[in-house]
Amino acid sequence: MPDIAIHAEGLTKHFGETKAVDGVDLTVNTGTVTALLGPNGAGKTTTVRMLTTLLRPDGGHASVAGFDLAKQPNDVRTKIGLTGQDTAVDELLTGRENLEMIGRLARMEKAAVKPRANDLLARFDLADAADRPAGTYSGGMRRRLDLAASMIAEPDILFLDEPTTGLDPRSRLGMWELIEELVGRGTTVLLTTQYLDEADQLADEVVVIDHGRVIARGTSDELKDQVGGERLELKLTDASAVERAQSLIEGKNCEVVERDVDERTITAALTDGPKQIARLIDLLEEHDIEIDEVFVHRPTLDDVFLTLTGEHVEHADEDSLEETR
Amino acid sequence: MKNTFADTWLLFKRSITHTFRSPEILVGITISPVMFVLLFRYVFGGAIDVGGTTYVNFLMAGIFVQTIAFGALTTAISLASDMEKGIVERFFTLPMSRSAILTGRTIADLLRNLFTIFVMIVVGVLVGYRPDGSLADWALALGLLLFFSFAISWVGALMALGIPNVEALQQISFIIILPLTFASSAFVQTSSMPAGLQAFADHQPVTQVVNAVRALTLEQPVGNSITASIAWCVGILIVALPLSAFVFKRVGSR
Repeated sequence: MPDIAIHAEGLTKHFGETKAVDGVDLTVNTGTVTALLGPNGAGKTTTVRMLTTLLRPDGGHASVAGFDLAKQPNDVRTKIGLTGQDTAVDELLTGRENLEMIGRLARMEKAAVKPRANDLLARFDLADAADRPAGTYSGGMRRRLDLAASMIAEPDILFLDEPTTGLDPRSRLGMWELIEELVGRGTTVLLTTQYLDEADQLADEVVVIDHGRVIARGTSDELKDQVGGERLELKLTDASAVERAQSLIEGKNCEVVERDVDERTITAALTDGPKQIARLIDLLEEHDIEIDEVFVHRPTLDDVFLTLTGEHVEHADEDSLEETR
Repeated sequence: MKNTFADTWLLFKRSITHTFRSPEILVGITISPVMFVLLFRYVFGGAIDVGGTTYVNFLMAGIFVQTIAFGALTTAISLASDMEKGIVERFFTLPMSRSAILTGRTIADLLRNLFTIFVMIVVGVLVGYRPDGSLADWALALGLLLFFSFAISWVGALMALGIPNVEALQQISFIIILPLTFASSAFVQTSSMPAGLQAFADHQPVTQVVNAVRALTLEQPVGNSITASIAWCVGILIVALPLSAFVFKRVGSR
């Protein structure tokens, strides 16, 4: 494997008048996780579809796993796996048959496919359902089977298009664990997500994309620093203490971003993680200011967009356009 | 090339597995054709005089071809449903032979039609079907039916590529296949039709294949119906095969 798993320059795709992807540059180092973060219709899926040879770019060029996307699409296909937004499993075949068929079509040796399928079924918690038709699976099980299918031939690069959208919180955590395990084994991952916490949890590098363009990139910490990171909201027992609390907090070089005397709340921008929360609470208690409730706000995609573009997340109807592709 | 064969075999096996696990398809290849044989035999059998032979003898060649023509719908709908469900897209991300997706399916449909023909012959014999014809005649008739089946299922594949929506596809293909099978010599002699309709019926592929199979299995003069059938099938394949391959390639690289 080359050091750079994915390299794209000026990647462009237009659907009629819509510039779905409008000059995206992207570099993904081998063995790392990169998240494409953006709202619906930002061009995330279109970018992934181009990089996985499903769509032909209108402009720009890219190499995936060292192969030229336009000139060597079939070589690219030997190195990648894709889990799309909608699960693509054969409902009439069993979980095991699904995996074995995809493995064989991905040019695996017959002798290697069976143990590999068994291994994946066990790892993805599908061993008990392995010989039932996939049509009888729950949504979470289908997702896991779909992910297993995209990994059967041990691809060097895995593309995950919104891997947790539509999953319940428990399945979502399970999916995160699976992805983390994969990365631990050296797989390069490019995932798309609408959730900042997901990008934060999984990705080494986050690329924020909006209207088909990259509007920010960096580690998730860098991004959060830009947005202002986490915020601590304290609800005090006594409204008259709010002003005193503010000067105490500001005395510790901590910015108070909001205060509301009527609601007895005060909000501070956190810069130093959980320890700082404890220090601020201790500080107020040392000065006999009683605290009723404590909230920690994590920045959301909306906060990122508000900071980067001054606009709230727009829910473009381009999404429906992408879905029909 | 070796890969193309291996992939075609894998997808052929997949289609066959689907057949056994899908109640709709199972009914489609067993109960529906049997029902058609019985309905036509007993509803029209008494009313239609075909001269020279019994109606059930006349009917069977027509039912074979009609069933095969409707079989193209199975090809079309299965392919459209694979596209709707993203399965074709998953195939497209694999380093596999893309043509295998189409050939694996059309070959499986061929086998399915062969089975259905066998079922219909058995039921036909039970309700009075007494064909003639030598073994060679039957082999030729069967060969023609399978050739037609193969050609028409490529038309089905082409339609699915053009209209990748299962419901729309069902409606549209019904509108095409129904007139083709009924405005033909499948169930009545075309000489009973009004002049314009008869001209259409006499010159369309279903009639040619029906006439050829009927003549071969009832020891009647075949005329030019065999040549015409083969010409139609070759013609259909020359257009539909490369066109489907071309459209399919484009679907994968928009």
